[in-house]
Amino acid sequence: MKIFLKRTWLKRAAVAAFSTLMSTTAIMAGAAEDKLKVAFVYVGPVGEAGWTYGHDEGRREMLDKLGDKVESTYVESVSEGADAVRVIRKLAKSNDLIFTTSFGYMNPTLKVAKQFPKVKFNHATGYKRSKNVATYAARFYEGRYVTGLIAGEMTQSNVIGYVGSFPIPEVVQGINAFTLGLRETNPDAVVKVVWINSWYDPAKEREAAEALIAQGADIINQHTDSPAPVQAAQDKGVLAFGYDTDMTRFGPDAHLTGSLVHWGDYYTDVAKSVLNNSWTAEDVWGGINAGMVKMAPYSKKIPADVVAAAEKARTDIASGELTIFEGPIKAQDGSIKVASGVKLNDGEILSMNWYVDGVEGELPQ
Amino acid sequence: MDIDLITNVLFAMIRSGTPLLLVALGEVVCEKSGVLNLGQEGMMLMGAVTGFIVSVSTGNLLLGVIAGMMAGVAMSLLFGSLALGLRTNQVATGLALTIFGTGLSAFVGTDYVGKPLAGIAPLAIPLLSDIPLLGTVLFRHDPLVYTALILLTLTWAFFRFSRPGLMVKAVGENPDSATSIGLPVLTVRWLAVSFGGAMAGLGGAYLSLAYTPLWSEGMTAGRGWIALALVVFASWRIGRVLLGAWLFGLASIMHLVLQGMGASISSNLLATLPYLATIVVLVILSSNQSKIRMMAPMSLGKPFHSRM
Amino acid sequence: MLSVSPLPLPRLERRQQDSQLLRYLSPVLAIGLTLISGALIFLWQGQDPLVGLYTFFILPISDSYGIAELGVKAAPMLLCAIGLSVCFRANVWNIGAEGQLLMGALIGSAAALYFMESGSRFALLFTVLAGAFAGLLWAGIPAVLKNHFNTNEILTTIMLNYIALNLLLWAVHGPLKDPNGFNFPESALFTEAVTLPIVLEETRLHLGLPIGLLAVVAAWVLLSRTFIGFQLKVVGLDASAGRFAGYREKRLVYFALLICGALAGLAGVFEVTGPIGQLVPQVSPGYGYAAIIVAFLGRLHPVGIALTSFLMALVFMGGEMGQMELGLPLALGSLFQGMLLFYLLACDVLIHFKLRGGRA
Repeated sequence: MKIFLKRTWLKRAAVAAFSTLMSTTAIMAGAAEDKLKVAFVYVGPVGEAGWTYGHDEGRREMLDKLGDKVESTYVESVSEGADAVRVIRKLAKSNDLIFTTSFGYMNPTLKVAKQFPKVKFNHATGYKRSKNVATYAARFYEGRYVTGLIAGEMTQSNVIGYVGSFPIPEVVQGINAFTLGLRETNPDAVVKVVWINSWYDPAKEREAAEALIAQGADIINQHTDSPAPVQAAQDKGVLAFGYDTDMTRFGPDAHLTGSLVHWGDYYTDVAKSVLNNSWTAEDVWGGINAGMVKMAPYSKKIPADVVAAAEKARTDIASGELTIFEGPIKAQDGSIKVASGVKLNDGEILSMNWYVDGVEGELPQ
Repeated sequence: MDIDLITNVLFAMIRSGTPLLLVALGEVVCEKSGVLNLGQEGMMLMGAVTGFIVSVSTGNLLLGVIAGMMAGVAMSLLFGSLALGLRTNQVATGLALTIFGTGLSAFVGTDYVGKPLAGIAPLAIPLLSDIPLLGTVLFRHDPLVYTALILLTLTWAFFRFSRPGLMVKAVGENPDSATSIGLPVLTVRWLAVSFGGAMAGLGGAYLSLAYTPLWSEGMTAGRGWIALALVVFASWRIGRVLLGAWLFGLASIMHLVLQGMGASISSNLLATLPYLATIVVLVILSSNQSKIRMMAPMSLGKPFHSRM
Repeated sequence: MLSVSPLPLPRLERRQQDSQLLRYLSPVLAIGLTLISGALIFLWQGQDPLVGLYTFFILPISDSYGIAELGVKAAPMLLCAIGLSVCFRANVWNIGAEGQLLMGALIGSAAALYFMESGSRFALLFTVLAGAFAGLLWAGIPAVLKNHFNTNEILTTIMLNYIALNLLLWAVHGPLKDPNGFNFPESALFTEAVTLPIVLEETRLHLGLPIGLLAVVAAWVLLSRTFIGFQLKVVGLDASAGRFAGYREKRLVYFALLICGALAGLAGVFEVTGPIGQLVPQVSPGYGYAAIIVAFLGRLHPVGIALTSFLMALVFMGGEMGQMELGLPLALGSLFQGMLLFYLLACDVLIHFKLRGGRA
């Protein structure tokens, strides 16, 4: 069988070799067009839900909106180790604008950007910029505050389980904002956190959710990428908030709503700014106001007045009427961490490494 | 800890131990016949992805489970062709099987990452599930958990009471003398290897169809290797496989429960506990040389050349 | 008589003498079979197989930067595989190169962070030695357990891989985290003083590759010119023969594992002080596991290993290229690796056996 195939294949190969080599060079030559070429580096597979899927939705929205002015490529599952530089460099050789969509690409992006001064780079969730490296992130915590308000009304046991990925400020902000919202509507409720040290590990996420439910949690919130916690909540008959993308279909009875990220507008704007030469190496940290953070559809299980209150908070956050990290905010030990009337500035939020009152356990440092 | 927490933890322990139990059970039989197959991880992943794909496309979970087992068998036949047919080094062939299975499963599963699937639902056993405590812990699981326990009992009985069970052991102990009394050594080994493949495939399918009804690359996360360690832990005794699987399940649940209870140890350090525990147990069990030699199948891992 | 095989395989007949020709031809045959299978997979994926193979195996090294990257990618696998080959020759089934590499990276990074403050001229040297020593100690654990507690090294080394990974994650989220890094899991960037020199300007090719090649020469001398090499050969052929001849088996176990640990530790510290330049959670995309294939493909021979580590690096880079240029799944790379090893194992049978068609 194999031997037979080998023979015919070799014959075919001899004939085709020349024409193929020609066509490969043709492909590479044909690449030089006037369209803006945008590349995306993804940390995971695109799949059908989660962080990378959210970025890919944004990419497709950008393509839809800008039509034939842009074309795009992406590379998925790029390791955040030594390989990242090679992949980003390869993309930089044939693209005008590159989005690197995970924190671990920060230093690799900067290294490559130095060698390709004409290419624009936008790095997600990092804090280092240069002449041709901009950064962007979403204020995920704004949506989390809204879910907290809902959780306070919906919990019976007054224990909320939170499946965390890594104890970095981005995640801690979410836990704190959620807890502030929770305590707003239910001063007795507490939050238990379990860290799984991974962004995506369905089995671990599931086990963590089950461990939290075993300890009395009747609502599960998550800052990890797979729908496994929502599935666990569904199977155990408790409630859950999804994350990143709408996870309703993974737990139709359990899923209440979720804080979604939406990159489409941002990607479209950045691509436009490159097209009309107005691109700058700025930092964009957008929230509900900028359309970067949205809420998943509210479950029918949530009473109408609770939905109304949540929606009011959402619009107030957007309009700036409501500031989430505004004092008085108590730290875990009950002491006043943020004095009444004081608002935390972005630098303080970005380096948040303490829990507010209402979160149980110690934050790993 | 209150009683609810204890029942919940024990329940989660059994769930978490089930894939380990299935895979280790298959490998015990395989090793008893004298064959060491290190490809468990690869076979599990193929079982997981195949089971998931078939379930999603047919909407039939039972078909998915069967397909997962078949995929495991197919992988084990690949192993058998090399290790039994061509008498290649079993360690190297097993490792190749794991690397190959990891790649192949990721490859065929690309389009199925993150697809939703209503997994295998729990089935409370009437009457038994109403027993306080015990009923909740033991009799409110999904059918695959019961299947695993039934398979365990059958395998135990097979080795304890049946003649074919004795044949497998004889082949594993000394294939040459087994041949001289007329036992078909290679056939027995082929069957044992296929059984191991079916169990590994089933263990994988349990993960992708019942435990977390999802497919993601490398979702077995080292469980195949732990199952291999469990076989030594159990010193090739069927009953102890169950004990080991549950203990390991408990360890992996407890490190999350401890966190939820506010233990301030780094979660990474806690995560090393199951692996440390396995090493400690291996050391304790293996340090008595004569004992472990007595328990381990004598011809384990050695290719068999029939002298015709 | 009773050796009925369920598959209608051709019968194997032992050769009078091992075929020397096939010993060298078998890897070539295996590579050929993998290429053919690869072409079939490309066809199945709706790609022109020749474009596929070109993208996979030629495009990655079509410029000097690509060739340098090949060296960057091959260096860690080369170092680990040389160490593993010594183990496997001694019948020590060390699966733990990955963990030994990670420990080298972890302790090496701790040393780098410590020494880069000191301004010492030997900062880099100390850092590298710390990494190698960490790998050596980590490999010492299964050696002690095997020698004194009779514990199976396959299982202990695998467990130690997971423990090493968790220790590294703990350190990068905890004590070694960049104090000015907003709590993100990364160490501070290493300074020039603890960064490996680049051997080819404008690329990332670092000192790790020349040192890896040096290890190849050293291993060759060790295996062919020393008494230990002779012992390894005898033990590898037949463990009981070695015992009979009175070789100190335990010493050989220590020797093999410690050498391998040191080399894997070097590979780890080279990654963090070379292409990465800091400690990050993802130091290794499985170099330690890939090195097992490299060692076997290279028939446990230093020169063979040198060649196959470049081949494996090419397959890795080809996987990336296939994704970027043709939109093929990344997993294709590891699929090819697995196939390569299977084909080699199968082809190797021909060294010792002749194929006779049909059933007996």
